[in-house]
Amino acid sequence: MQYRWNWTILFVEPYFGWLLAGVKWTLLVAGAAWFIALAIGCVVGVLGTLPSRICRAIASAYVDVFRNIPLLLQLFLWYFVLPELLPAHFGLWIKRDLSMPEYWFSVVGLGCFTASRIAEQVRAGIESIGAGQRMAAAAMGFTTAQTYRYILLPLAARNVLPPLTSEALNIIKNSSLALTVGVLELTGQSRQIEAATFQGIEALTAATVVYVMLTLCVIVGMRVIERRVAIPGTLGRG
Amino acid sequence: MRNLDWSAVVHAWPFLWQGLQTSFVLVALAMAGGILLGTMIAVVRLSASRPVAAVAAGYVNGLRSVPLIMVIFWFYLLVPLFIGRPVGAFTSALVAFTLFEAAYYSEIMRAGINGISGGQMAAALAIGMTRMQAYRYVVLPQALRRMTPILLTQSIALFQDSSLVYVIGLHDFMTSVGIVANREARLIEFYLFAALVYFAICFSASRVVKRLQHRMAAA
Repeated sequence: MQYRWNWTILFVEPYFGWLLAGVKWTLLVAGAAWFIALAIGCVVGVLGTLPSRICRAIASAYVDVFRNIPLLLQLFLWYFVLPELLPAHFGLWIKRDLSMPEYWFSVVGLGCFTASRIAEQVRAGIESIGAGQRMAAAAMGFTTAQTYRYILLPLAARNVLPPLTSEALNIIKNSSLALTVGVLELTGQSRQIEAATFQGIEALTAATVVYVMLTLCVIVGMRVIERRVAIPGTLGRG
Repeated sequence: MRNLDWSAVVHAWPFLWQGLQTSFVLVALAMAGGILLGTMIAVVRLSASRPVAAVAAGYVNGLRSVPLIMVIFWFYLLVPLFIGRPVGAFTSALVAFTLFEAAYYSEIMRAGINGISGGQMAAALAIGMTRMQAYRYVVLPQALRRMTPILLTQSIALFQDSSLVYVIGLHDFMTSVGIVANREARLIEFYLFAALVYFAICFSASRVVKRLQHRMAAA
């Protein structure tokens, strides 16, 4: 088959603008989902290490549910199924008045999915500190809350930074699934350009290059954070 | 809330079962190919000359920085151009998954090989094996056995990721569910059912892996 190359297509309006819009939506989906994922992930991760048996059961149930269903299906459940199961007036509000429901549902879906992975990292980060610190804190008369606030969490936060980097990369890559519910993020836009111009290789190359650049930015940014917060005297990570 | 009616799901089961079989075949083939290719990449990265190792590292890092959906689209576009005639969605998806997962499997195998003590390699070379023989008969069998739980965990992730062939319309389980759900206008029942099936398979598989891990740790 003959393929007719035309790289200039990427820099011609409207296609260049489409690509920029794609980058914008990728960042908006991944960024907003990242906040949800961090918030839920930290809470669930800490719950998983508490002495209370109920707390631990809740945490492991959350992780099991969100890790064992494909992300694509989770997005469909949020977007197609949840509005039908909600009370009628609420579902109606989502369908009629919420602007860009596809954006909000992808953000929440991606956030809750990533939270389950972050929760596992946070739990491992706390457990890796060892029982000695916990017992020392108890011996000093710290309450459980104080132990977490002053001893465990500051240490764990540094432990989880490297795995959080790969989760940050994953959330950018996984934000591409938002195209299946109609968010025109980077991958979606490159498909649009392919459909409009038949220049598939050029369009996919552009999106691929942007993904690689975003990945590099996250890696560099996280390295800087790791250096800044490294505890003096420990083997600096990163 | 509407009334749920599960009879449509029961009715559509033969069609869904076919989709599920397609998923299983796709995952099994991609897993076998991916582990084989991934092991070769890992060996190349650890023992080939520097430029060759750099190419292998570039392959792994390149694929790992791109979303799987992108990779699926890439191969859906490229494989027919490359071969010169149209191929089905299954073939291009299989190529995409094999090459994509090989990058992840190779990282696992690299860690596994690195975990084998250097004395093993030295001993193998000392009794006159070539480097390739040492890998083939001494290092890789041990690395493979040690990494089995992690390779299986990655394969469970692969099974979940296989649902992404939805975007190129390959009739796997996910796509079949989507088709019937829309045809019968019963999105709730079908998507909930699909979630249950995926959950049951992945949850029980990961429990088996966990038990295997415990048994290996005890041994």
